[in-house]
Amino acid sequence: MSEVAERGRKKALSPWKSKSPQGSSSKAKKATQFPGVKSLNGKWGYLYVAPFVVMFAIFGLAPVVYSVYISFFHWDPLGESTFTGLHNFDRLLHDSDLWLALRNTFSIWALSTFPQMLMAIGLANILRNTRLRGKSFFRTILLVPNITSVIAITIVFSQLFGRDFGIINDILGWAGFSHHIDFIEGVIPSHVQIATMITWRWIGYNTLIFLASMLAIPNELYESSSVDGASKWQQFRYVTLPQLKNTITFVLIVGTIGGLQVFAEPQQLASDGGSSKQFLTLTLFLYNQAFVNNKYGYAASIGIFITFIVLIISAVNFVITRKISNDGTR
Amino acid sequence: MSTQMAPDTVVVKAKRVKQPRWRRVPKRNYVLLAMIVALSIFPFYWMFVVASNTNAEISKSPPSLIPGGRFLIVAKKVLSAQGVYFNTALLNTFIVGISIAIAQVIFSAIAGFAFAKLDFKGRKGLILFVVGTMMLPSQLGIIPLFMLVKNLHMVDTLYGLIVPALITAFGVFWMRQIIDAQIPNELLEAASIDGASVPRIFFRIVLPIVRQSGFVLGLFAFLAAWNDYLWPTIVLQSPKHFTLQVALTQLKPMYGLDYGLQMGGAFLATAPLLILFIFVGRKLVTGVMDGAVKG
Repeated sequence: MSEVAERGRKKALSPWKSKSPQGSSSKAKKATQFPGVKSLNGKWGYLYVAPFVVMFAIFGLAPVVYSVYISFFHWDPLGESTFTGLHNFDRLLHDSDLWLALRNTFSIWALSTFPQMLMAIGLANILRNTRLRGKSFFRTILLVPNITSVIAITIVFSQLFGRDFGIINDILGWAGFSHHIDFIEGVIPSHVQIATMITWRWIGYNTLIFLASMLAIPNELYESSSVDGASKWQQFRYVTLPQLKNTITFVLIVGTIGGLQVFAEPQQLASDGGSSKQFLTLTLFLYNQAFVNNKYGYAASIGIFITFIVLIISAVNFVITRKISNDGTR
Repeated sequence: MSTQMAPDTVVVKAKRVKQPRWRRVPKRNYVLLAMIVALSIFPFYWMFVVASNTNAEISKSPPSLIPGGRFLIVAKKVLSAQGVYFNTALLNTFIVGISIAIAQVIFSAIAGFAFAKLDFKGRKGLILFVVGTMMLPSQLGIIPLFMLVKNLHMVDTLYGLIVPALITAFGVFWMRQIIDAQIPNELLEAASIDGASVPRIFFRIVLPIVRQSGFVLGLFAFLAAWNDYLWPTIVLQSPKHFTLQVALTQLKPMYGLDYGLQMGGAFLATAPLLILFIFVGRKLVTGVMDGAVKG
């Protein structure tokens, strides 16, 4: 079963890699990405994709194109709109709020991505063991946080992180901290609070992703390394980890796109971004400009800025992964 | 796996007895997993604890860690809170979630089938283009999307939530991968040689085979709609049209803090999902492990 699972996963995981390694196998023709069934009347295809194409064009594509268009305007939804060229972008790049939002977004992203990834890989490595009892139970429980809404999570965690009566400050107190930490006003503590919510919600999900990819590693690799006297750590380091390269890239990219969308948690904790704008993330910045201040054109330019960041990060990621796989033995 | 080992049966047996080191599960791993389980469950438990105790019991140090007896009182307060129509919000959320889930499964299966199996001109280019646009962050088009929904007079209606989500690129791509992986071309070729038409093949052969995967896609669409906040908070304006997530944010008392009320609301809004999870949790796990589901 896991083999089938892995096959489906690999394909789904790397949409940006159209040329899979299977493409060069002996069954090259069969493994081409788009074989199709020759004897079926292909013309039905137009009818079958029509609803999707129409809806996608209207609700997916058109807004993106139009967004670029209105970013060149001083766009007031209630009054008149005037063409201002690149003015919005010029103003945006000189807006200190943008750089604050970028800093906050990256800080929250880093705090939530890296510790989470280490823990998820570690957990998956434990769950991988075929002798583990209650495997299915542990896997299922891990996914429970993921089905919970961000709003409910924010309500619970903001109480747990409370300055005066929160359990987390109680625990820190027992651990010897003399001062209560203010997880709202402090810049880094406030980011830690949001990163904790994100980590709690996504760690189980990412553990399952890593687990699926570990289960696809052939058993023989472990058995032969075990015969060679490799320690558990050596097995993890030299057998497991190299095989996770693609999955790590995938989790990083999805995490980055998710990280740039962080909105509900900071908005609930301080809708205006907080006293020192410590909660102002890029998406909250966009939302406030668009739907609080009614500056559609300006907000659209923020959306384009966010898109550029996604593209840059994806490109960097792509180059690094490529370099690693070229440097590697295979 | 076992068939590959067959030639070396003796060796394999010897190994089994010796129990290779990587197979043994140390006790501390169970302790660690138990801690993870506790941490995963605790926030839900804590919602209930806070919602069933008085503010005073929660605010003392250390706070009360066991549920009190006030939950029904708090639940009643949540359901009758001024300006918050919790029951209506629950119904709204159900309507939106179910509509989106059903529509996405049907439309994604139809388009996914065409992209996976039907040979028409421009298919390859189209699907690559669609996959490419999936990389774009959703914030990019959100302002024009709102303007569009406004022009269609769907602002402050549930249609404003449902219609833009009827078909997503992700759902179509996911079903395409599933159909491509689960249904061999030979099967469809045989059916077509026997004289079955394309619609007949889709409904009689393809749909029954991908039923399970379609169900999982529907579940994820339902959960995503249930938990969505950014788009509903943009589109909806009057409390009677709110979904649960937007209604939850309204559960704030006029003065001070009432954690009991908010936590009670959070618990009531999450409980239906937890109950659903008992039945479908394992399917979701398979779904996550089988295909990457975009969060």
